[in-house]
Amino acid sequence: MGETSHRPKSLLEAVELTKRFGSLVANDRVSLAIRAGETHALLGENGAGKSTLVKMLCGLLQPDSGELLYEGVPVVFPDPASSRARGVGVVFQHFALFDAMTVVENVALGLPGHQPLSVLAARIDACVHRYGLEVEPYRRVGELSVGERQRVEIVRCLLGDPRVLILDEPTSVLTPDESENLFRTVDLLTAEGRAVLFISHKLDEVRRLCHRATVLRGGRFIAEVDPQQESFASLARLMVGADVPRTPRAATHALGEPRLLVRHLNLAGDGSRGSALHDINLEIRAGEIVGIAGVAGNGQTALFDVLSGERTVQDRESIVISTVPAGGFGPTERRALRAGFVPEERLGHAAAPDLCLSDNVLLTTHGDGQIVTADIIRRSPLFARFKQIVKGFDVRFGGKDPKARRLSGGNLQKFVIGREVLRDPVLIVVDQPTWGVDASAAAFIRTTLRQRAAEGCAVLVVSQDLDELLEFADRIAVMSEGRLTEPVPVEETSREAIGLAMGGAHRAAGEGSHAA
Amino acid sequence: MLDAAIIGAVLASVVAAATTLLLASLGELVAERAGTLNLGVEGMMIVGAAVGYVTAYGSGSLLLGTLAAMLAGVTLSLVFAGLAIGLATNQVASGLATTILGLGLAGLIGSGFVGTQLEAAPVLHIPGLTELPIVGRALFGQDAFVYASIFLLVAVAYVLARTRIGLVLRAVGENHAAAHALGHPVRRIRTLAVMFGGACAGLAGAHLSLAYTPFWASDMTAGRGWIALALVVFSAWRPLWLLAGAYLFGAVSILQLHVQGFGLGIPSQLLSALPYLATIIALVVISALKHGQGAPASLGVPFVPDR
Repeated sequence: MGETSHRPKSLLEAVELTKRFGSLVANDRVSLAIRAGETHALLGENGAGKSTLVKMLCGLLQPDSGELLYEGVPVVFPDPASSRARGVGVVFQHFALFDAMTVVENVALGLPGHQPLSVLAARIDACVHRYGLEVEPYRRVGELSVGERQRVEIVRCLLGDPRVLILDEPTSVLTPDESENLFRTVDLLTAEGRAVLFISHKLDEVRRLCHRATVLRGGRFIAEVDPQQESFASLARLMVGADVPRTPRAATHALGEPRLLVRHLNLAGDGSRGSALHDINLEIRAGEIVGIAGVAGNGQTALFDVLSGERTVQDRESIVISTVPAGGFGPTERRALRAGFVPEERLGHAAAPDLCLSDNVLLTTHGDGQIVTADIIRRSPLFARFKQIVKGFDVRFGGKDPKARRLSGGNLQKFVIGREVLRDPVLIVVDQPTWGVDASAAAFIRTTLRQRAAEGCAVLVVSQDLDELLEFADRIAVMSEGRLTEPVPVEETSREAIGLAMGGAHRAAGEGSHAA
Repeated sequence: MLDAAIIGAVLASVVAAATTLLLASLGELVAERAGTLNLGVEGMMIVGAAVGYVTAYGSGSLLLGTLAAMLAGVTLSLVFAGLAIGLATNQVASGLATTILGLGLAGLIGSGFVGTQLEAAPVLHIPGLTELPIVGRALFGQDAFVYASIFLLVAVAYVLARTRIGLVLRAVGENHAAAHALGHPVRRIRTLAVMFGGACAGLAGAHLSLAYTPFWASDMTAGRGWIALALVVFSAWRPLWLLAGAYLFGAVSILQLHVQGFGLGIPSQLLSALPYLATIIALVVISALKHGQGAPASLGVPFVPDR
């Protein structure tokens, strides 16, 4: 870095911050400088230390060593209120909102001093107009969509007139449209001379939006780069530390008999968005991976629930697992047909957070007849299976048999997938296999699923990550508003065609294929 | 034939019976809206009753007795706060321990005073209003505790709904992690709310031993602290419903005494259970109608800020 002798003045600067949690060094001498008027990216994988750094920037955590400079002057933020008073506003990934309260009450809680709610509501309206952030002041936050909640957070920050706005993984919860709106707002903010710290691991966004990028990996500062000058691959290499392996696509192999047959599957909604299914038809045969693409909230969760047996359907014939009509079966009966299911939410759905890992093994294997016989849990086969999962799927953790919540996202996901794969299923349904998982673990999971398919398993993958599906699925269907398009072989489709279908174009294009 | 004077007297005793519950449950409501479930109400109440009685007996001053009772309630609430907020222990266990400790302490404090008696707190007459037919004595012929309970109710309702302090307190009870991230001092606010609850429970105890039944008996709270806790839950954490619940309970418990007096042949145990039954049924109906709202989302969850 040759130009260090004369740097433009930074608004907020972190100098060699270190933070330890026990033996783990979450941030190891990390530096970061944010200038006025720029959008600065903080780039790194899950577990790279981004969140820890942000928490130190806003006073939620205190660094063990190193210092913060505000306009070149050392500052200490003992708590979030003090950083806010100096003009540092944060929109967290997990929103700091109060569901039972109205938007305006939520905003009032983030501002110092007292002002009448009616005055505040008028200020919110003004802010909404200026930055194009649609928010209604008197609605209850609990009723809002994720995108709206994020806008409430941003408005709350902006009313504090921050000079630095920190957005922690803001697009991870947004639809592409909502993301576009957010980018426009960010551009307006930097045009006013504010600085935006944009935390992300999505390279395309960073390259589009950001003027500079600081890359973290494993808790360390790796580089500060101009993302416009970097290629996709070079940024990925900085972030991951190695070339990201691509899942080898199997040479065409013969497909076996159908393992999952879905015919005219309908499900009434409960009124919430994306809870109804309309005439779903799908066939998956042994040896293939079928991907279901789509923006979150278009019925994927309902589809998973109905396939896994968490919700049953009247028409038993509408779901057939290896020739057995299974529509009325619960999860255990479906698992007895050698089906395996991995839900989206790892902690709380796939795994019980406060049970140790070996007990979590039992959650899906209790009906298989090997570990539980005559209602007695047999410890030695249980631990044998537990060790087999840990070893075979490279699940890393501290201690001998920790609670599930102690594992990182990637390791827990490997555990959950391993638990299903070692049951030797003929059908695996996975919802969001690599969501929030670091790139190397994600590659491992994809390779594993690919391998199972080659060994004759039928695999259904629901994912919002289109790149992932294009990389390792054999056929791709698109889910939109509770309807599913006909799966198309990957080589016969394109990103554009799928993108169109995600937006609901199936209603025009897919009519013929759905007529039964 | 019941004449107006009798009805007036019955109404007045209903108000008096309800006041103990209203005071104790108001304090607990504030603590719970801030996210702490303090099951120590019964213990704080009985310690308040004992300390209040002993102080008033010794000094001859009801005011001093009342203040001492509140202080005793606050002191015991700080034991709970130290455990449940300071050390983030399980709130249910800490609250139960507080009640057990309180019952024991109160028995010890009052042991030399069993069988003694005090003159009840004086009725504060409001000239012109107390003489109103039927409701006059019930509304305007009461002791200072009754007026204080109504004042506190209005104050709590107003502060919770309309002031910034109330907003912050509700926010802490709703989502302590978010409140912390926004820079609100979660543990300090919770401790203050629990102390307010302790003061109110102490005041309720003083009402018992200085006004309602002005003598000392070691079990004189007779589970009223638990009723107060139940009222908070069934009122769906809303002060005005709390008022309704407390007065309903007071009304049925006085009326069943009178019914027992008439000798209708209904087993007295059944009649004694009536206030509990009536309150539970009424409040279950209320909370069922208001479904989906109520419990502060962080209620009972220990808060530990990450460091």
